[in-house]
Amino acid sequence: MRTIEVIKGGAFSTVQDMGRYGYQRYGVPVSGALDQFALRVGNLLVGNEEGDAGVETTFMGPTLKFHFSATIAITGGDLSPVLDGQRIPGWTTVSVPEGSTLSFKGPKDGIRSYVCVRGGIDVPIVMGSRSTFTRSQIGGFHGRALTTGDMVPVADPDSDTLQPAERSLASQDIPRYNRHHTLHVTMGPQDDAFTAAGIDTFLASTFTVTPMFDRMGYRLDGPVIQHKKGADIVSDGTSRGAVQVPGSGKPIVLLADCGTTGGYTKIATVISTDLPKIAQAQPEDTVAFRAVSLEEAHRALGEQEAVIASLRG
Amino acid sequence: MSQYPRFLPVGDRALSIELGDSISVVTNRRVHGLSREIGRLGVRGVLDVVPTYRSLMVYYDPRSISYADLTSRLGEMEGSLGDGETVAPKLVEIPALYGGEYGPDIGDVAEHNGVSEAEVIEIHSGADYLVYMMGFLPGFPYLGGMSERIATPRLVTPRASIPTGSVAIAERQTGIYPVESPGGWRIIGRTPIGLFDPGREPPVEIEPGDYLRFVQVDESEYADVQSRIRAGTYSLVTRQMGGAR
Repeated sequence: MRTIEVIKGGAFSTVQDMGRYGYQRYGVPVSGALDQFALRVGNLLVGNEEGDAGVETTFMGPTLKFHFSATIAITGGDLSPVLDGQRIPGWTTVSVPEGSTLSFKGPKDGIRSYVCVRGGIDVPIVMGSRSTFTRSQIGGFHGRALTTGDMVPVADPDSDTLQPAERSLASQDIPRYNRHHTLHVTMGPQDDAFTAAGIDTFLASTFTVTPMFDRMGYRLDGPVIQHKKGADIVSDGTSRGAVQVPGSGKPIVLLADCGTTGGYTKIATVISTDLPKIAQAQPEDTVAFRAVSLEEAHRALGEQEAVIASLRG
Repeated sequence: MSQYPRFLPVGDRALSIELGDSISVVTNRRVHGLSREIGRLGVRGVLDVVPTYRSLMVYYDPRSISYADLTSRLGEMEGSLGDGETVAPKLVEIPALYGGEYGPDIGDVAEHNGVSEAEVIEIHSGADYLVYMMGFLPGFPYLGGMSERIATPRLVTPRASIPTGSVAIAERQTGIYPVESPGGWRIIGRTPIGLFDPGREPPVEIEPGDYLRFVQVDESEYADVQSRIRAGTYSLVTRQMGGAR
């Protein structure tokens, strides 16, 4: 059996793919990898489809024993991965002999890394996705984070794809997350609910990541962003990347597990190519917002897609 | 010229189409009409559509369609909706056991409003409720149309756990808890209907845009519905509604 035994679950390790679309109308969040670039690259490095399921690990990674001979890639934040005592590199394919144990020594850059395994994590597809939404126990491995004793199945690789050669993401394309994050945003959808001074505060200030952060979102601290009349709107759709400003005037950056609708003003939306930066942020990190046009956001997406495309085929 | 529809970019992968600025049945019916049209006709590059009170969130893949092409396509579709509905809404009957251990707050609701418990039930089950949208929890319906005569503030201290199927009131809203959850709404009854099941396709029994009517049942009817649900022999009572209301 191609299984991975969970010796220790780590701080918060969940099965994630690219998320669950088509069910937000019923109040089901998208979920999926917070750092989608890392998951896609990891999958392509091991010869998977880029949207196959991997394990998203947080801060203190899990300890995993491989009961089969596997090919893996570890991408995203550098949590100091170790295979049978030997430090292994990220963003590259690694051969794992049967019986080997993967563990993590702790975060050095970023806080979430992705364990992608050739074949992909093989949990049941629920509403079109293998992603875990722990709050409602939907999808993933029994709807929850991995814990000691779990036996996680890995699918057989497609027989017609050859074992990939050892390959790596080009070093200039490997993200460095650091502790300060400049997040590019498109303004709106409710930027008109803020005073000119409020917009200026938002774009010119430095905010700090608070300990209130999870897969739903990151609460930031900083100067109060001033509304014109108030923070409440008729509830509308909320998407990942939305920078919600409730009555406190302190922004919250929403992420993959955020509710599908909400009743607070959203001053701006982080562009998709910058979402990995906030997903890799930890408390006390600093964040600044810079406005870009939709055209610039789509150009940044095109550049990122070119990196992904270079790994395909 | 109406300022609606109003298109707003939401980052580089979604947009919001506002069809009005406030909560109204007329606007909401256009929201669901447009949502159904997008589903019926299909629009290249659209990944997901979320109808809300007065707007739709449309998620798209900018590698498949440009923002300009998408807004022009959606604008055309909105323009051709006409004044009526493309599909008559569906009315779904929700059996509810009111009061007792399943509705522990019904006495508070009665007292707060100076009516009897029987009147609370009569008023609550005597209206049709529009499912304006879903959110907050998977399968949670935001219902409109409850009488002010049974409006009651939330509990000062929310309960740690509200059972699945609880029918509850908060201010002028009423709703049903589709899954067990903490909450501060006043619980007046319970339905045996499972509103949300992730293993079912679709995972919900009611759709945004439908209407609900609560139908009072007694304990033996409740138990009967529950056992028929378990046996897989129960189907909800639904009917198509007529024209414009």
